[in-house]
Amino acid sequence: MKKHLTAAILSAGLFAAATPALAADYAIDTRGAHASVNFKVNHLGYSWVVGRFDTFSGDFSYDQENPSAAKIAVTIDTKSVNSNHAERDKHIRGKDFLEVDKFPEAKFVSTKFDSTDGQTGKLHGQFTLRGVTKDIVIDVTKVGEGKDPWGGYRAGFEGATTITMKDYGIPMDLGPQSATVELEFHIEGIKK
Amino acid sequence: MLKNSTQGYGWVTIIIHWLVALAVFSLFALGYWMVDLSYYSDWYQTAPMLHKSFGICLFALMVFRIIWRLTNPKPKGLSNHQTWEKTIAKLGHFALYAILFVLMISGYLISTADGRAISVFGWFDVPALLSGLPQQEEIAGDIHEILAWSLLVLSAGHALAALKHHFIDKDSTLSRMLKPVNSTETRKQ
Repeated sequence: MKKHLTAAILSAGLFAAATPALAADYAIDTRGAHASVNFKVNHLGYSWVVGRFDTFSGDFSYDQENPSAAKIAVTIDTKSVNSNHAERDKHIRGKDFLEVDKFPEAKFVSTKFDSTDGQTGKLHGQFTLRGVTKDIVIDVTKVGEGKDPWGGYRAGFEGATTITMKDYGIPMDLGPQSATVELEFHIEGIKK
Repeated sequence: MLKNSTQGYGWVTIIIHWLVALAVFSLFALGYWMVDLSYYSDWYQTAPMLHKSFGICLFALMVFRIIWRLTNPKPKGLSNHQTWEKTIAKLGHFALYAILFVLMISGYLISTADGRAISVFGWFDVPALLSGLPQQEEIAGDIHEILAWSLLVLSAGHALAALKHHFIDKDSTLSRMLKPVNSTETRKQ
C-alpha cells in the first residue's frame, strides 16, 4: 500500500515535470523598492552621470521550465527622473530632453525572450520614449528565484541595454561621448 | 538730497529705482538667453551663476529699498493726478514689488530644491531653507517663468504710464524720479 502511494506520488511528480508548467505571473515589487530603473550617461568622456526613474510599475511572467514564454511590460513615469540634482532634473524633464508634460510615460513591452537555460538571455521588445517606439534588445541575467521569509515567492533579474538619444528625438547635444544612455534594470517580482 | 522729502525722491531712492530697473531687465534677458545655451558654450556654467548671484544681490537691494521706503518721508502725489490714476498707480506699484519678491523667491526655490546652497559669485553660499517639496523645482520654475513675463509686461505698463505723465500730462512724475526736487524750485503741478 505504502509502495503504491509512493509510486503514485513519484509518477505525479514526473508527470508534472514533463508537462510544460504554466508561467507564473509576478508583479514588480516597487512598493518595497526591490526594483529600479537606472540610467547612466557619460559626462564629457571623463566620468558618468548616474540617475534613475523613481516611479514605474509593471508585471512579468516567467517560468524557469519555459523561459521563452517569459514576458514583461514596464511603464515608467518620466516625471520621476532623479539624477540627484534638482536643476539638472528640471532640465531633463524639459523640452531639451524628455518633455515630460507632453510625454509623461515611457514604456517597455517585451516581444520575445531568447534564452536556452532561463538564466541569461536576450529580451526583445518595444521601448517607447518621448513618443517614439523602437525595437530594443535587453541583455538579461536572472539573479535568483525562490521563497521569501514572509510567505511570498520572488524572482529577480537584471538587465542592461544602450539607447541612442537621437533615435528618440531628444534634441539636446551633450557631445559625442554622451550620445547614448545606458539603461540598467533591476527587477524583482512577487508571485501573484 | 539723499533722503526723500514730501516733495520728491532723494538720490538713494532714485538710484535704487534705476538699479532695480536695470537688474530686472538684465536678469530677464540673461535668464531667457541662458536656458537655450548649448552644452559646450563658454557661458553654460557662467550665465546661470551670474543670474543667480545678481538675483541674490537684487533681493538684498530690494530688502534695503523697503526699509529705506518705510523710514523716509513719503513724497506726496502730484495734485493733478486723478483719483483713478492714484488708485491704479498704488495697485501697480504694489504688484511690481510683490511680483518681484515672489519671482526672486521662486528662483531661489528652484536652485535650492535639492538642498544645495546658491553660491554668490563664488564668494559665499546662501543655504537652502526650504527643499524637498514635491516637484519643487518644477512648480517654482513655472512660477518663476510666469512671473518673469508678468513683471516684464507690468514694468512696460509702468514705463508707459510715466511717459504719459511726462509727455501728455506734462507733469513732474517722471522727472522727480530722475533727480531730487530742489525745494526752492517751483514745480509744475
